[in-house]
Amino acid sequence: MTADVTLTAITHRFDAFTALDGVDLAIPAGDYAVLLGPSGCGKTTLLSLLGGFLTPTTGTVSIGGRDVTRVAPAKRPTTTMFQDYALFPHMTLLANVGFGLRMRGVGRAERDERALGFLDLVGLKEAAAKKPHELSGGQRQRVALARALAVEPDVLLLDEPLGALDLKLRRQMQEELKAIQRRVGTTFVHVTHDQEEAMAIADLIVVMNKGRIEDRGPPEEIYLRPKSLFSASFMGEVNLLAATIGAASGGLVIARTPLGTIVLADAARTGRTAGAKVRLAVRPEHLSIEGAISGAVAIGSAEILDIAFFGTHHRCRLRPAMAADLTLIAHLPQAFAGRAGESVALALDPRGVVALPEPA
Amino acid sequence: MPRPSTALSALYAAALYGFIYLPVVVLVLFSFQGGRFPIPPFNGPSLQWYGQVFSDGRLTSALLNSLVVALVSSAIACLFGFLAAYGLARFRPRGSGLARAMLTAPLTVSTLIIGLGLLISFNMIGVSRSLWTVGIGHVVLNLPLCFAILYAQMGEHQVNVERAARDLGANDLQVMALVTAPMLAPGIAAAFFLSVTFSWDEFLIAFLLSRFDVTLPVEIWSLLRSGLNPKTNAVGSIVFLGSIVLVLALELLVFRKAAARRTAP
Repeated sequence: MTADVTLTAITHRFDAFTALDGVDLAIPAGDYAVLLGPSGCGKTTLLSLLGGFLTPTTGTVSIGGRDVTRVAPAKRPTTTMFQDYALFPHMTLLANVGFGLRMRGVGRAERDERALGFLDLVGLKEAAAKKPHELSGGQRQRVALARALAVEPDVLLLDEPLGALDLKLRRQMQEELKAIQRRVGTTFVHVTHDQEEAMAIADLIVVMNKGRIEDRGPPEEIYLRPKSLFSASFMGEVNLLAATIGAASGGLVIARTPLGTIVLADAARTGRTAGAKVRLAVRPEHLSIEGAISGAVAIGSAEILDIAFFGTHHRCRLRPAMAADLTLIAHLPQAFAGRAGESVALALDPRGVVALPEPA
Repeated sequence: MPRPSTALSALYAAALYGFIYLPVVVLVLFSFQGGRFPIPPFNGPSLQWYGQVFSDGRLTSALLNSLVVALVSSAIACLFGFLAAYGLARFRPRGSGLARAMLTAPLTVSTLIIGLGLLISFNMIGVSRSLWTVGIGHVVLNLPLCFAILYAQMGEHQVNVERAARDLGANDLQVMALVTAPMLAPGIAAAFFLSVTFSWDEFLIAFLLSRFDVTLPVEIWSLLRSGLNPKTNAVGSIVFLGSIVLVLALELLVFRKAAARRTAP
């Protein structure tokens, strides 16, 4: 069972505070959507509106084409997996998972059989007779997932589900969540503030800030072609270079920066005309040692301020000779052997650059 | 050789416990008196006075009355207390602070005032005194306690669990019966056993509101009017034993379990 979700012109106020401000969003059926943003951005409010725990001040929520704006949580084709799991502590896992079916009047034998099936899906079939306090955090998590899925919702809502788990378990659960979502085909809407988690599991990332949607799209697009400065910086480290858009011809466009003139693909200017002041967003991995990557353009020498080894790369802070007031962050190769204080010749790969509007 | 201060505090503790428990010990001891008076010298032990208690129809029916009133009134006080606590904690209606204060305030009112007030009220509306009125009086007495205990147990953690139950399709009644009440079971049991204990040896309200059928403390009081008698010691010991059993049940069933749950991983 699955359905698409459409939010139209949603505004939600708590007294004087506007938690959501004119949000429009469409999530296709069967997608794994992640609402991503810092705390207070409105992502949890949005989830509560989908689940029916809040009614928006204005706007409509529809699921599978049906307007559910004013429908109670129990009557919606949604279930929520809560942040603290909210398992029933006095019931066995089987009774926990079967609870929704019991409320729907499913008889005991069938209920137990179906609940057992969902416990099996999350790998806890053997623990069916245990109570929640006998489980580890990750196992409780799985029971909460099985319980929410057991009523076969069209849309499953997950409120920061992995927040309480340690890093290793979180990675493992991310994979499991995604695999289970693929198997059941239900639309998942997942809230998190962790951009790595979002990239690991999402089909569709929705970046939120201050009650508005900043950006939306598949992970690659959000990371490589962000539509706003906020989105670019929230998705990971980024160097922001002030630039002026110059002349365009033959699918290419010139950007003048403190590090010299860079020729970008025309698409990278994102519709901005000649003379426009922009910021070029350059990911640290798009800076390299001159000559190492073909197609990268030289941007002069830079002094290494500090360098740290991160396993897959060296993270360097550099001061370019051409603009000594700038600090660049670059991810240089694992084998790079520079030291702080040394100078290196840097290059920039224009294929990884996008021009973003100056902040208002 | 213990230091003088240690010896002194031991002596003080002994005096303190003696002061509290000596009367009880004396009461229980002379319930086993062989002679006719509950005064030294002790010439027992003998169970004759217990035999007399259990062959006294008035005393045994009073004992039964006490038990019924305690159990039924405590169950009702717990139910009302739970409903009030749930409503005020979860829905926070306008003026819930005032409602909460009004519900707990009777804890500070003397039982004499409550008993007199009920007596006057029952007279006004023409309800004659009976075990029913005693039961109502005990509900009035214990409701504030039950409410206070259960309201304190309504935590934020349960709110999310209740939300989850609603999300899965439970209505208000199902949420209360299947989720909230079982989660609060230790608190409900504590409120119930405490209520039973208070009702079991409550005298003033029972005295003022009863007529022909009386509870045990009232029957003991009428026994005492005919002078001291080891029989009163025996029945007093039975009442005391009842209280002890209740307190032990509370300790074993509620607090041990709660502690076990807290220490569980």
